[in-house]
Amino acid sequence: MHARRPDRHEAATLDAVFSALADGTRRDILARLMDGPASVTELARPFAMSQPAVSKHLRVLERAGLVARGQEAQWRPRRLNAGPLRTATAWLADYREFWEGSFDQLDRLLDSLDGSASRPRSPQRRGNDAPRL
Amino acid sequence: MHRGSDFKAEPRGEREVVITRSFAARRELVFEALIRPALIRQWLGALKGWTMVECEFDGRVGGAYRYLWHGPNGERMGLRGVILEFRAPELIVSSEQYDDPWYPGDATAAFTLTEQGGRTTVVLTVTYADRATRDAVLGTGMASGVAASYDGLERILSAVTESHVDREER
Repeated sequence: MHARRPDRHEAATLDAVFSALADGTRRDILARLMDGPASVTELARPFAMSQPAVSKHLRVLERAGLVARGQEAQWRPRRLNAGPLRTATAWLADYREFWEGSFDQLDRLLDSLDGSASRPRSPQRRGNDAPRL
Repeated sequence: MHRGSDFKAEPRGEREVVITRSFAARRELVFEALIRPALIRQWLGALKGWTMVECEFDGRVGGAYRYLWHGPNGERMGLRGVILEFRAPELIVSSEQYDDPWYPGDATAAFTLTEQGGRTTVVLTVTYADRATRDAVLGTGMASGVAASYDGLERILSAVTESHVDREER
């Protein structure tokens, strides 16, 4: 189970973001762009791969909205766009919060029930759908 | 978040997320809280302005459950599932699906309850269709074990999370 289900727009963003992030090279590229805009050549430098291969990764990142292409210079620097990551991070935080928060509430509920449960029994009237304990 | 809680959420194997929490209560009582709608309503997902407006749970093999929450801004989140295994007071396995799922395939959720010294440990194991889905669901915000292998991403996400926190006053 999850936390809050994302709305349609968020869901599309999350799909694209998560598949973009599934690859180590693309995560490294994003990490590099944290330091500031960079050209394709600069981005390709640390990797043992061709510039076209790096460009392919960049296109995936661009489609996910994680990387934008600057118009200002001839080398069209790529820069990080953090918006979709915020959506992804908010959702991931929710997942953990959902279960941690829910289990905290369960803890409090059990506390309140415990006084009336010196032996195991249902605190509610037993319904037809209930299993025998 | 909640100090004193032993809450954990971590990846296991290829496709699983394991969520663990212990409670100072007998196993039978904890089990009741997992299967009785009147009790489920009081703890599941009632967070940050969300309320559970539908809650049905037919606790037997082949039985169905249905949860629907309303959010503070009119959002709806619905979930339904079918129970695959049911052994009171120790095991509930179900396949579950959101009304409007955003990840491929069903997920399987297994609750196991063990009791020791008056404390009951609940382990929720959610198994996704494949590794990519699991990793996506898990991300890095959730478990440090995964974050270690995602160094670059972790750095990005924490930076973004901080600005998010400022913005959304979490």
